[in-house]
Amino acid sequence: MEKLHLDYPAGAPATRRVLAGVVASGDLEVLITPAAAGLCHIVIHSAADGSAARWRAQLDRLFANGKAAAMQMEINDFAATPGVISLRLAQALEELSA
Amino acid sequence: MSHQQDIARLLQGHSFIELSARERAHSLLDAGSSRELAGPFDRQYSPWLGAQGIVAQADDGVVICKGLLDGQPAVIAAIEGGFQGGSLGEVGGAKLVSALELAATDNRQGIPTRAVILFETGGVRLQEANLGLAAIAEIHAAIVDLARYQPVIGIIAGTVGCFGGMSIAAGLCSYLIVTREARLGLNGPQVIEQEAGVAEYDSRNRPFIWSLTGGEQRRVCGLADALLDDDSVLIRQQLLDFIARGLPEQPRHRRSQHMLQRLLAMDSTSQADAASARQFFQSGAKP
Repeated sequence: MEKLHLDYPAGAPATRRVLAGVVASGDLEVLITPAAAGLCHIVIHSAADGSAARWRAQLDRLFANGKAAAMQMEINDFAATPGVISLRLAQALEELSA
Repeated sequence: MSHQQDIARLLQGHSFIELSARERAHSLLDAGSSRELAGPFDRQYSPWLGAQGIVAQADDGVVICKGLLDGQPAVIAAIEGGFQGGSLGEVGGAKLVSALELAATDNRQGIPTRAVILFETGGVRLQEANLGLAAIAEIHAAIVDLARYQPVIGIIAGTVGCFGGMSIAAGLCSYLIVTREARLGLNGPQVIEQEAGVAEYDSRNRPFIWSLTGGEQRRVCGLADALLDDDSVLIRQQLLDFIARGLPEQPRHRRSQHMLQRLLAMDSTSQADAASARQFFQSGAKP
């Protein structure tokens, strides 16, 4: 199992909690909770060993610009493909701004 | 029914099977009444999976929702079949037991809380062996206790089905609702194949497996009380009907004599198939 902690600059605190997905085969769950302004802290537990570089690349594209809400994000991944990961993240962030 | 009509029905219907455990629970309770207890943001992870290198889920695969059914207090325990095959471990098991025990406590205090269990489970979680087994034994005891006051209703929608110790829990329910996609059995097909041999029980032969352990067969053989299409509206209506009917005259586990006599009379020298199993369970004195 791979464990990763990633920090990104962020804007104002998120306004709500969000849950998306299930830790099913090839899927993942995303939990978002609001955090203090300015920081987005992401914790990943992934069943895919050796996936750290891929996770970093994928999350950099979403969060490196610092425009996301400040949040604590927890990802529990049961070997989802990058496609499924981006769909689940999009779903979670869409619900956050809904 | 024509092909076109079939497609129209499929598009208009609201599948129950396609819903997650959480969505299933919310869809059954009266609109706006559902609130989750010990939910994912309480982060009650299994303490055992991580230590074995397995990614855990924040709700441990069991969703407990309190709310109203037809205006009456109810609790729904929904097992998420996608996470670890719906297996019951220490945390998920404790959540299910507590939900049932609290419902029984309510009843002793004059609050008519009824319980619904959405089974989607392979039974005990092997990584938490003894704790899972203990939890399932407690679930059995809690169902029998609560079913003295209010009907406990089980639903097996599919596609995981209900196996192992949890199949006994399904058998203890006051009423059991199944779909054609559901399966109910003490042992899963692969376990039986391993023990009996592939010639007798081929776990990859899906029509054969469903013909013996599928929802339709279990209904016909008297092990389930209603067989429904995969439709959220139909399933909810049947659930409300069973609640309105109240407690059965005799719970199924007190009607076991018929089954025991049939099993004693069984000739195991010839291979059973779906038709002979139906005939077998339907014949003889009815309970």
